[in-house]
Amino acid sequence: MPRPAGEIILTNMINQPEPKAEILARRDTIVAAFRGMLPPEAVIAEPIRLRPYETDGLSAYRQPPLAVVLPETTEQVAAVMRYCHAEGIRVVPRGAGTSLSGGALPMADAVVVGLMKMNRILDIDYADRCATVQAGVTNIGITDAVQGRGFFYAPDPSSQLACMIGGNVNMNSGGAHCLKYGVTANNLLGLKIVTAEGDVLNIGGRHLDAAGYDWLGLLTGSEGQLAVITEVTVRILRSPEGARAMLAAFRSNEIAGACVDSIISSGIIPVALEFMDRPAIHACEDFAHAGYPLDAEAMLIIEVEGSSEEQDALLARIRAICEQHDPISMKVSQSAEESLAIWKGRKGAFGAIGRISPDYLCMDGVIPTSRLPEVLRRIGEMGDVYGLKVANIFHAGDGNLHPLIMFDANDPESFRKAEQFGADILKLCVEMGGCLTGEHGVGVEKRDLMPVQFKAEELEQQRRIKTAFDPDWLLNPNKVFPLAASSERSARTH
Amino acid sequence: MQTNFTAEQLRDPETSAANQVLRTCVHCGLCTATCPTFLLLGDELDSPRGRIYLIKDMLEAQRPATEDVVRHIDRCLSCLACMTTCPSGVNYMHLVDHARTYIERTYRRPWHERALRAGLGTVLPRPWLFRLTLLGARLIRPMTGLLPRGGMLGERVRAMLELTPTRLPHSNSANTQQVYRAQGARRARIALLTGCAQQVLAPEINQATIRLLTRLGVEVVVAPGAGCCGALTHHMGQHDAAMTSARANIAAWSDQLKEEGLDAVVVNASGCGTMVKDYGFMFRTEPEPWRSNAEQISALACDVSELLSRLNYEPTRAPPGLTVAYHSACSLQHGQRITAEPKALLQRAGFTVVEPAEPHICCGSAGTYNILQPALASRLRKRKLDNLRATTPDLVAAGNIGCITQLSGGGLPVVHTVELLDWMAGGPVPEAMA
Repeated sequence: MPRPAGEIILTNMINQPEPKAEILARRDTIVAAFRGMLPPEAVIAEPIRLRPYETDGLSAYRQPPLAVVLPETTEQVAAVMRYCHAEGIRVVPRGAGTSLSGGALPMADAVVVGLMKMNRILDIDYADRCATVQAGVTNIGITDAVQGRGFFYAPDPSSQLACMIGGNVNMNSGGAHCLKYGVTANNLLGLKIVTAEGDVLNIGGRHLDAAGYDWLGLLTGSEGQLAVITEVTVRILRSPEGARAMLAAFRSNEIAGACVDSIISSGIIPVALEFMDRPAIHACEDFAHAGYPLDAEAMLIIEVEGSSEEQDALLARIRAICEQHDPISMKVSQSAEESLAIWKGRKGAFGAIGRISPDYLCMDGVIPTSRLPEVLRRIGEMGDVYGLKVANIFHAGDGNLHPLIMFDANDPESFRKAEQFGADILKLCVEMGGCLTGEHGVGVEKRDLMPVQFKAEELEQQRRIKTAFDPDWLLNPNKVFPLAASSERSARTH
Repeated sequence: MQTNFTAEQLRDPETSAANQVLRTCVHCGLCTATCPTFLLLGDELDSPRGRIYLIKDMLEAQRPATEDVVRHIDRCLSCLACMTTCPSGVNYMHLVDHARTYIERTYRRPWHERALRAGLGTVLPRPWLFRLTLLGARLIRPMTGLLPRGGMLGERVRAMLELTPTRLPHSNSANTQQVYRAQGARRARIALLTGCAQQVLAPEINQATIRLLTRLGVEVVVAPGAGCCGALTHHMGQHDAAMTSARANIAAWSDQLKEEGLDAVVVNASGCGTMVKDYGFMFRTEPEPWRSNAEQISALACDVSELLSRLNYEPTRAPPGLTVAYHSACSLQHGQRITAEPKALLQRAGFTVVEPAEPHICCGSAGTYNILQPALASRLRKRKLDNLRATTPDLVAAGNIGCITQLSGGGLPVVHTVELLDWMAGGPVPEAMA
């Protein structure tokens, strides 16, 4: 029996483009068509089973989709895309659903194309140091596959255990160790994509640069708006001879921020330089038991790598710099287990906040490192004004802030304030000469702030690029651009 | 994560506990990465986060369980790898346990499934009946080939027959109530959970445990009235049956505690250990003295490897020159967070200890899972055996009878850790290696 369309539109806490009534009305026909082209377990259409797909890592925003499909091959993805293109159905690509900007937030009239079943390693070429994997392989899965031979894949977002490489490319993900190794864009060699029309294209290859336009550059960070990525070729690197992390504890956020600036401006590039403030230190220590300094207001995790002589020399220089900032304590990890625990705490930081607050919004702004002390002070002041707690955890070395605003989602007023507080922080980042997003993408979270960063002409030029790839604006259209602008585009094509 | 319960709903202690678990979850998705069914099926609905969402939705709506929810909850192994991974400290175990009970109360399964679950819940916890059933099963085992392929019912019956041991050990006196005196000066007095299925399938595990502990100066009590821990029925959502089993154990051990005192309640099947350690939670709303007694028993409960570490186990035989692949039972590594002790003990006993790749992934045994979900269980079994074989060990050691049964017959001898420790301290060679 056909369900009334209203039944599946359950929540709409963020404004969405108007669902296409004719698509909602043809739901059963559309689902039947998907069942014809995919294995039985690969189509989800029952309202109860659609609910877990209504959100991703940003669970404050929710919207059950029209249907979910879980293709297992590029050909199946292409068949789905051809059909959606012919029928004018919107598509939301999804990897592990760990996006913190709502990159995989569905729409009521959209089909979610989940790539999670596509989790095979296709080829590893140690001689030329690259690996080709399906989009649904997890970030850590690549390192797991090659570390036996002494290799690793460098970008390491905190969610690397779960997040998938296709999503990493779409969001140009970073991570703690990107200070030295660069973000996804710097480690990417090739892609297999399915276009909005359902054509399969190969972009790049196994070499660092490709002929013609830099398509890889264009597709990296395109947030699922230009194509569906099904295969990825990445560089794999030789594992370093060794690495050691040190913890340095300070009396205030500003002092720790100043220390970061001193380290970076001295010309040293540690492999990672991470910042955690007091609330973060306590929540993470509770989870990881890593020996974090509980008496500190702020802590830096500084990791260096290389031969043990190199490590010693770098650590000595870093210690000397830290000494100038009145540290409470400094501790160098003495074993692989200790380093592992230090990183376990840092990588689990966002989730660990769940121990002290039922909900959080994780911001993702970038600032010039010289402005760190000032920005940290301003964030603290804003928190007082909004009456909300904030934990600061971020990749300090490249000025990528992740203030976590704690709130209670069961209290709508608290959520509204958290949203505003978040917007103010991101505006502050832009004001300081930084930008709205470091590695989480714009998603739905920051789309309405895009005019703070870009002039109207700059945004329009970006929209033209999307239109060139996706003339009907069917691919993930509710993200990245302010809603009014993307709705106008969608309307223009019909 | 936001929840939508009314004040009225939250007055129910079960719902209130579920709400607290749900509020701890921040929906980050890290748990999906270590979930065996998500690895195999690649569907959010077969991941911990998806199940949490399905359960949340069902409880909030106070909707009777439906097939599309039950299918995904049933596929959960309760291996609890998600809990080890979860940075927020979500108690998935309590949530899914509650969901299973809720399902049993509100959902009517097809007749054959009801019959199977009732049968398993009746037979497995009763050693004499289980023994009798196994004897019967051995008679029809040669006819396994006649079963229809493909259907869930046929596959389940086939799975059960394939799990039937070809040789059934004689019933053994170590499992009946009595006191085993410590050799030399008494260092501790403990109650041993002799369990249900284990004593039928592998009575030598309890024998080895008693030999080893008494040799180390421990008085071992097999308390009258104690029996199945209740985990088998608990994981099928048969709440009342599980409570009855737990109550019998709490009563039996509390009596011992009052009379002559107990230093520990020792469990050598880690699936049961996880359960006994949770009695305190299960009885949290029961009247006194049950609530306090349950809490006390849970606090006393320990795995045999924990006790042996405390007792400074030492071998007496020369190192055997054997490589043991240590298989970490989920109930031990995730349920009880015991990972280092068994490996350290095996090393101290003189074995070379290796660990397979993906040590955190379940072997598919998971209580009655290998009978109720034979297709997924056999894929996990193969994956685990492949990883174990890749370490080229002489044998495999594990601390849980479920895993031992699941992995036996895969070309490698599989024994309980305690049998190896007993052997190196003067006991007989484990039967599976003879």
